Amino acid sequence: MTNAAHWIEPHPHGIYIKPADAWIDPSRAVSRALVTHGHADHARGGHEKVWATPETLAIMGLRYGTNSGCAVPYGDGFELGGVKISYHSAGHVLGSAQILMEYQGERVVATGDYKRRTDPTCAPFEVISCDIFITEATFGLPVFKHPDTADEIQKLLSAKEANSDRCILVGAYALGKAQRVIGELRKAGYDDPIFLHGALEKMCHLYQELGVDLGDIRPVMDTEKEAMLGQIILAPPSALNDRWSRRLPDPVTAMASGWMRVRQRARQRNVELPLIMSDHADWDELTQTIKDVSPSETWVTHGREDALVHWCALNQMKARALEMVGREEEDD
Amino acid sequence: MRAFSDLLDNLIYTRSRNGKLRLISDYLKQASDPDRGWVLAALTGQLDFPTVKASAMRNMAMERVDETLFKLSRDFVGDTAETVALIWPDNPKGESTEMPSVGQIVDELAAVSRFDAPKLLANFMDCMGSNERYALLKLATGGMRVGVSARLGKTAFALAFDMAVEEIEEVWHALEPPYMELFAWGEGKADRPDLTGVPFFRPFMLAHPLEDKKLDMTDYVAEWKWDGIRIQIVGTGQETKLFSRGGDDITPAFPDVADAFKSIGVVDGELLVRGEFQGGEAASFNALQQRLGRKKVSAKILTEYPAFVRLYDILFDDETDLREQSWTYRRAKLESFVPKLDAERFDISSILEARDFNHLNEIRDGARDAAIEGVMLKLRDSPYISGRKTGLWYKWKRDPLVADCVMMYAQRGSGKRSSFYSDYTFGCWTEGGELYPVGKAYSGFTNAELKMLDRFVRQNTLNRFGPVREVEKTMVLEVAFDSIHQSKRHKSGVAMRFPRISRIRTDKPAAEADRVATLKKMIT
Repeated sequence: MTNAAHWIEPHPHGIYIKPADAWIDPSRAVSRALVTHGHADHARGGHEKVWATPETLAIMGLRYGTNSGCAVPYGDGFELGGVKISYHSAGHVLGSAQILMEYQGERVVATGDYKRRTDPTCAPFEVISCDIFITEATFGLPVFKHPDTADEIQKLLSAKEANSDRCILVGAYALGKAQRVIGELRKAGYDDPIFLHGALEKMCHLYQELGVDLGDIRPVMDTEKEAMLGQIILAPPSALNDRWSRRLPDPVTAMASGWMRVRQRARQRNVELPLIMSDHADWDELTQTIKDVSPSETWVTHGREDALVHWCALNQMKARALEMVGREEEDD
Repeated sequence: MRAFSDLLDNLIYTRSRNGKLRLISDYLKQASDPDRGWVLAALTGQLDFPTVKASAMRNMAMERVDETLFKLSRDFVGDTAETVALIWPDNPKGESTEMPSVGQIVDELAAVSRFDAPKLLANFMDCMGSNERYALLKLATGGMRVGVSARLGKTAFALAFDMAVEEIEEVWHALEPPYMELFAWGEGKADRPDLTGVPFFRPFMLAHPLEDKKLDMTDYVAEWKWDGIRIQIVGTGQETKLFSRGGDDITPAFPDVADAFKSIGVVDGELLVRGEFQGGEAASFNALQQRLGRKKVSAKILTEYPAFVRLYDILFDDETDLREQSWTYRRAKLESFVPKLDAERFDISSILEARDFNHLNEIRDGARDAAIEGVMLKLRDSPYISGRKTGLWYKWKRDPLVADCVMMYAQRGSGKRSSFYSDYTFGCWTEGGELYPVGKAYSGFTNAELKMLDRFVRQNTLNRFGPVREVEKTMVLEVAFDSIHQSKRHKSGVAMRFPRISRIRTDKPAAEADRVATLKKMIT
């Protein structure tokens, strides 16, 4: 156990900030929660009081119907029990934040989930210098190197061109990935309507309300089968092999996820067109970020923490793995 | 190399046979010699580099990457070649180094010593991206695992050059990779390859199921359909080879048979083993399985399971091609050919003396021999034609055995059934009142029945084990199967041959399904 930041305690169900009596991303209901972003494994309902970015609060409102929360825009700070707290963009999904805490001259950053690449649907990651850097490690193995997003989008567009007698069904998580796929397609100059599974509609509309331009998006439900020939359709991954997909014209099954880098993972899901697109940092980005932030100590929350901690040791950096529970490592 | 790695990746993600055919034939048309020939050989499992082992690949990776990080990665990825391909550091110089062609790679891999193999692979990897590295490692260590059989490879070749697959089959086994003569012929730049003196495979003539048809026994002749492996024996006088129905050379597994055949000619027959319980008569397929898939056969296996061939037909007598002749003519030739062979190893399939079709039905019903699968009906006037042509040959299997079993587990199908639970594991009761799995089936039902079973699985799931669902033990399925055998690999002690769902017995309570003991009585 380290002496650094004795005022912060990692627990299996969240990170506890003692002087503030508050938890970061607790997996059970608490009185004071600091939430990094809207994914279900980080943001859950039932807390008495929540601090999060306005976008994250809107997402939680949509998912849990909760409205009580303190909105903390990026860069803004507040104080809780003597701890100075501020939120900074993490580049993971819309509204995702790193939380910077300053207490008794020590600076601690908890990243939540993050990525380093540009994303048309959210603000970019900000490097914040600190003493203790609490990072994720979802793709914390050296086999994970996400290719250029633009190339993956091109793969999707070529598949669409080559299959005018079918449709392309892209599996993408409802919060973040689905909107990013749409945003990246728009960035590549693709203007055609994009069709959505019902489970994605509300979140996409929320993104639009919050000022993210997604272009022409339409529900599958109101569309004739023939009208979807040669089109791109988005659905949550669980719907790819489900009965729902029977209503589509002979879909080419695609999936947008960082896990698609491993061939057998793609095959297990019966994916014909794997698109390696992740909202998490890959191995090189995780290690580069640690170098950029250059903390005196790195704590690893979830993912392949063994490998990242081992890498830190190889590079003479102090690091430890926190034993967190309830993090859905498959969600990307 | 890039074209090959693209092809390999596309094959990995393409499930349909037609999709794979299109991918391979497009590649064969576009790629150049000798690369395409080597790729065809690699896909159909004809390439082997004895000095390049999986350990070379692992050792090479350890020199570049930290061992702990490699092991953690290998655990996660589950495939050494893929781990090495993904983890290998990209060359900062990138595209500046020229990537070697498949032909160059094959030449160097074939020549390299065991000691130098890791270094050679590493040098190749340094000028490649991760997809090419993966293709390189799969090429070097074998085992593409992309679901491409030799037959599919040949069919793709035929498709690419607008030929009949039978034409390719005729010459394929006489040629060696990288098949330059074959491509030259396909592109019309050369004549058909000359095959004088080479023992090669000729495509088989196959039969349709008889179903409900009745045939006139004056036009057709009947013989037993033996339950072994259909083989072709090709003898040139100097050399004899045995080929399976797919054209695979199975000579090494059956040296006893190959050595005993000294004649010149091509014959078609059923490979069987003599069973000790059958008093030297043909044993069940289960006994034959002891001899299958072996590259080398021990003396013990040779004595315990002696193989022999029951001959059905003759394609070449000496060097005379008889395939255009009628069955009647060929049969006469076969009858004078067989007595010249070693009687221990070769006999002739006898003709069933049926007065008429009904009499044949009685004969078929009366068959109790374990090695009999049913009867064959052959048009007397028919030539020997490759493939399945309507009206010439029919197979009429014995009525299947049936048992009432209880559905235990279900799994989703693939292809167009990928959203349906269409693969069922079913069981029968032990004396202790437990259900033991006795087989797995994924056919025999109509689309409407499939929907019903799919709904049943979804609404009655007890447990999920990855893709497998355990269901409430209430659905009784009548299962039909060709035969049943003893099996040490299954908890129930039995294994069914070709099980399929014959009826859904919603009328029957699960407790009244059959017992394992009942199945054991059906063992042949």
